Amino acid sequence: MQSTTLILLLGLMAVTAFYLGRGRSLSLVGGHGHGLALHSLPGYYGYYVAIWVALPALGLLLLWVLIEPRIVVALVVNGLPESYQSLSVGELNLLVNNIQNLAAGDVISVDVDEVLQNAASQFTSYLEKSRQILAVLAVGVAGLAGSFAWRRIHPDLRARNRVERVVRWFLIAASSIAIFTTVGIVLSVLFEAIRFFQEVPVTDFLFGLNWSPQTAIRADQVGSSGSFGAVPLFAGTMLITAIAMVVAVPVGLMTAIYLAEYSSTRIRGIAKPLLEILAGIPTVVYGFFAALTVAPWVRRAGEAVGFEVASESALAAGLVMGIMIIPLVSSLSDDAINAVPSAMRDGALGLGSTRSETMTKVILPAALPGIVGGILLAVSRAIGETMIVVMAAGLAANLTANPFEAVTTVTVQIVTLLVGDQEFDSAKTLAAFALGLMLFVVTLFLNIIGLSVVRKYREQYD
Amino acid sequence: MVISTGMSAVTEIPERKAELTGETVGNIRSDHPFMVAEDVNVYYGDNHAIQHVSLEIGKKEVIALIGPSGCGKSTFLRCLNRMNDTIETARVTGNITLDGKDIYRKEQDPVALRARVGMVFQKPNPFPKSIYDNVAYGPRIHGLAADRAELDNIVHSSLERAGLINEVKDRLDEPGTSLSGGQQQRLCIARTIAVNPEVILMDEPCSALDPIATARIEDLMDELCEDYAIVIVTHSMQQAARVSKRVAYFHLGLLVEVDETDKIFTNPQHKLTEDYITGRIG
Repeated sequence: MQSTTLILLLGLMAVTAFYLGRGRSLSLVGGHGHGLALHSLPGYYGYYVAIWVALPALGLLLLWVLIEPRIVVALVVNGLPESYQSLSVGELNLLVNNIQNLAAGDVISVDVDEVLQNAASQFTSYLEKSRQILAVLAVGVAGLAGSFAWRRIHPDLRARNRVERVVRWFLIAASSIAIFTTVGIVLSVLFEAIRFFQEVPVTDFLFGLNWSPQTAIRADQVGSSGSFGAVPLFAGTMLITAIAMVVAVPVGLMTAIYLAEYSSTRIRGIAKPLLEILAGIPTVVYGFFAALTVAPWVRRAGEAVGFEVASESALAAGLVMGIMIIPLVSSLSDDAINAVPSAMRDGALGLGSTRSETMTKVILPAALPGIVGGILLAVSRAIGETMIVVMAAGLAANLTANPFEAVTTVTVQIVTLLVGDQEFDSAKTLAAFALGLMLFVVTLFLNIIGLSVVRKYREQYD
Repeated sequence: MVISTGMSAVTEIPERKAELTGETVGNIRSDHPFMVAEDVNVYYGDNHAIQHVSLEIGKKEVIALIGPSGCGKSTFLRCLNRMNDTIETARVTGNITLDGKDIYRKEQDPVALRARVGMVFQKPNPFPKSIYDNVAYGPRIHGLAADRAELDNIVHSSLERAGLINEVKDRLDEPGTSLSGGQQQRLCIARTIAVNPEVILMDEPCSALDPIATARIEDLMDELCEDYAIVIVTHSMQQAARVSKRVAYFHLGLLVEVDETDKIFTNPQHKLTEDYITGRIG
């Protein structure tokens, strides 16, 4: 039996169990209208039985699917002729792979001989048998557990508490998925980065001034010594982020102040959705806007006043990134300003402050922590932004503070290192993970600082 | 409370008006009028929230505005320092004068007006600044102090008059929000009188406070009315009876009755006033 059919069948059983459980709880106290004699609402008895039907069976299914391949493979390998038993682990793995592919009807890498054909058909038959056993077992377990629960139904059974406990575990499981995923990502990046640091010293990576990520194929090759000094990348990232913040913070903040305190409801109703559209534009669209529209404009404007401007400049990328971040800054600042109790506003106005005095002397100081937190979140967004800089900032790892030159960022280098065919044991590829780790650590700290600043000062009110 | 109504009041059952006509009974006049409202109407969009209210507020007197929730007493209060200007849909017609000058005239700067007509709010709302800066806020924005010493003086005397100085004199640098509710409200009063206003509006200043803190604020009002005209909105009959010289009863946006406090509480002229103060409505 297919496992999807099995799952459907179990679902059906659970639904049936729900109605059976509910019906039994009602009939125990004498039908509708006597519900008060039950500890819980009748539906909870239904859920109670349904959970007993579904959970153990699904658990068995999961466990089976996890261990089934190992057992089947072990059985097939045992059935192979003597000569194959002495193969090395690597060769055996290859052989098993071939057998599995043959059983699935795929193309395989060696000629099909009789041994292989036999093994494949054996593999298929073991698998079929295993599925049959599983179906019988699962349905049996579901039925047994269900009838056990069904018989336990009693007016005094605290069904609601039990169901709610199960639901709580589900909620915990759901919320831990995100956490475990984060941990998994961090670990995978961390281990690859450690491999990189075994080849390139940490100090060279953190403090080296030259970024030229290549590894030699022959010893006498030109440029055989790659150098992995990441300082130019950090500098480029910081330069572009700084330009972006110079654009985004004043514009975003002033937008927020206008929208929160000065605009009429009508203008606010129009402007806010428009800003949110700005936030919804895909970054790749910003990217070609930066590369095709802003970068040439920056170059012409620069040349008009006598600066030499590269066609891919930090300035162009930073400007567009700043525009992209405006909605983030303005909506977070808007939230912070609106979170200031209106009693503050009234109090200041009641003392005879003008609107601008109210804003600068009372509301902004009160909202400042939220605004600072928002800006830090925006910075971490800017540091992690990739598409715009890939398209507009260039690839040259120049160590410069001149915004008219092309620079490159950490994210751009990660992309270029990992695009195309890769070998995952060369320092060149592993460097991407080290950069990713750095990026992760920096944005993590910014986020932690940002969020804790927001939280710490939020407690001051009410 | 003794009322000198003569023999007739004892024998006659006073005839009370029962219907809501829009006419105000009692006496809207004050002996020393300082703020005068004439035929004031307030609209929130299409809602006619205050209808044809005329009232005189005297110098050195406490006048209490009472009435059931939503009757417009707070709205009327907020007309007196043009706080209603901050509400987009609000529209005020009629005439309100302060010391003989129309406060809704074109040249009147609402900001300057609010410095003369201070306001204390229902919930204590100290700014997220130190106690000192809270009180110094008004004098600073209005440039009332020439130097730091003068500012210190204003802060101290304001805290003193608000009866708070002994509790806070050693902790002026602590945030205003660290005080208890009653202390915060007295801080807000100190903040208001630091600007040296002529009228103080109080919008249910004690509704968030416990009885002891309330008693302290009421004592404070007794002292403050030596120098200021005080208009207080309150839901507490006892408070109105204790602190005010005159009482104005609002009902559904109309000013139903105004009179001396004694008279209102012992011999109201209007049936609705009587029903309210005896607890039958509200």
